[in-house]
Amino acid sequence: MSNIELWTWIIVGITFALYIGIAIWSRAKSTGDFYVAAKSVHPIANGMATGADWMSAASFISMAGIIAFMGRDGAMYLMGWTGGYVLLAMLLAPYLRKFGKFTVPDFVAERYYSKTARVVAVLCAIFVSFTYVAGQMRGVGIVFSRFLEVPINTGVIIGMAIVFMYAVLGGMKGITYTQVAQYCVLIFAYLIPAIFISIQMTGNPVPQLGFGSELSDGGGYLLDKLDGLSTELGFAAYTGRGSKSMIDVFMITVALMVGTAGLPHVIIRFYTVPRVRDARSSAGWALLFIALLYTTAPAVAAFARTNMLQTINDKPYTEAPSWFSNWEKTGLLGWEDKNDDGIIQYRADTAVNELSVDRDIMVLANPEIAQLPDWVVALVAAGGLAAALSTAAGLLLVISTSVAHDLIKNVIAPKTTEKRELLYARIGAGFAVVLAGILGIYPPGFVAQVVAFAFGLAAASFFPAIILGIFSRKINKEGALSGMIVGIIFTAAYIIYFKFISPESNNAENWLWGISPEGIGTIGMALNFIISIVVSRFTPAPPEEIQTLIQNIRIPRGAGESAGTH
Amino acid sequence: MSKMQEYWRKNLTYVGILLTIWFVVSYGFGILLVDQLDTIRFFGFKLGFWFAQQGSEITFVILIFVYVRLMNNLDREYDVHEE
Repeated sequence: MSNIELWTWIIVGITFALYIGIAIWSRAKSTGDFYVAAKSVHPIANGMATGADWMSAASFISMAGIIAFMGRDGAMYLMGWTGGYVLLAMLLAPYLRKFGKFTVPDFVAERYYSKTARVVAVLCAIFVSFTYVAGQMRGVGIVFSRFLEVPINTGVIIGMAIVFMYAVLGGMKGITYTQVAQYCVLIFAYLIPAIFISIQMTGNPVPQLGFGSELSDGGGYLLDKLDGLSTELGFAAYTGRGSKSMIDVFMITVALMVGTAGLPHVIIRFYTVPRVRDARSSAGWALLFIALLYTTAPAVAAFARTNMLQTINDKPYTEAPSWFSNWEKTGLLGWEDKNDDGIIQYRADTAVNELSVDRDIMVLANPEIAQLPDWVVALVAAGGLAAALSTAAGLLLVISTSVAHDLIKNVIAPKTTEKRELLYARIGAGFAVVLAGILGIYPPGFVAQVVAFAFGLAAASFFPAIILGIFSRKINKEGALSGMIVGIIFTAAYIIYFKFISPESNNAENWLWGISPEGIGTIGMALNFIISIVVSRFTPAPPEEIQTLIQNIRIPRGAGESAGTH
Repeated sequence: MSKMQEYWRKNLTYVGILLTIWFVVSYGFGILLVDQLDTIRFFGFKLGFWFAQQGSEITFVILIFVYVRLMNNLDREYDVHEE
């Protein structure tokens, strides 16, 4: 066993023991504990938990790499996955917290006085969450296999066992406090290599500043150097216009932002704080903790890209740094000496380019590129696992709550006792873990593609129904239902057509107004808004008690009383 | 206008102003006007690029905390705050 492997087992072992310890300490005793951690979570702790819940294996491992290859356009992910929290803080979280209860479908059902609305909302929530969670379990397996050389499937099973422990035992309460620990692990694991690389390249210890500083070897500003290197090799300038049209970047950013604000596993985190004012500030803390990683990622991207162009390109293979051959073994880096000169040529032109690079390497190989000690490499593995496990747990909870609370308790068998309901919730969580694990072991080919669309679907379904439910007194059952159904069907149909039915026509010429399937959720959302408003105009207004409900959720005082169990 | 309507109207005004800033900084500076702003230097960054990859995210955090503050004061002023 190598030194790095030993360190990885030690650090991963310690973090896993910590997660299990927290799970035992914070067992759920009631459905209130299980669904919303008894609404007793401190806003800063909830901010951290939201950060871990939100930042998945993809944020941790892949995002910097995606940006490194997209350049300026990568900003659509950075803005898209942070801007939604502003919407959450100002338009959703405080009102949903005042409404109380346990789930997003609870709100939809009561505000639109309809069981059908609840069922539609539950099905949307389950669909969105399942597509998302499969990718997470796969991520756990991949991290295990890369750092510890166990088969991917063994990794998935270890991950399942851990999540099973704290999700089934602790419910939301267990998940919340493990997520706090997981946030700490993942942010340290992300920042430490970034800080060291920033110091090495620019002398500035803050990556966010180092990124705009001069290189310490006297080559001028880092980004100018990177632009120069990129254009020399035939790539577009790093900070210049990318390959996507402005309208598409705009629409994708809207879909990601609004989708974030409509994702059930994110919204539900704001049900766990004691007061309305805590829901507002908690969104601020969550975004602060998220932005710490999201402003570091573009710096990591620029450092890694520059490093790659400088240290590997046009160098003889025999003189390549040792990390090059290490990562070549994993298949994430590949070199094919097309012109037999023994020199690595990296070019935009695929005919002469000899280097293939997997985007994930930008984060995974970072500590080795910066020649950091072995324990830092191990920390990155623990960070990747923390990111994947925390997101998976949050999603599993939404699924189990949807089944036990929204379907069984509120639709199928309303007479279920609380004790029974808690049991169903645990069984639901158990089943969801196993199912997610199976999806991780046998990933259906479409999962990776569908995850990106979960945002568009959330944007086109939940977001307008919730916003209109709070900010308009006139939207009624008929309006909201037809809006949600048209929004999600339009968006899903567009995505399915271009991704699965006719993938060969998936290009800007055939797209509606030049909008790619990733950005179409924005149009779906607009349709949802328009249809909800128009239909509500021509159908009976919502009943009197709904007016009182709306009046009540708009005012903070009294959130404590509405928080009781049911 | 009743007191509660007034409270709600003020809340909407705050949200309107803050979301306008939200839109201008991210969609305006980071996407629509990015090429124009990129002609301006901001330390080692082009300004449009900086807004897209750093400035928007930082602004978002500030906007939420400003809103929290404004609303905490407003809640107190209209006596609808929580204990």
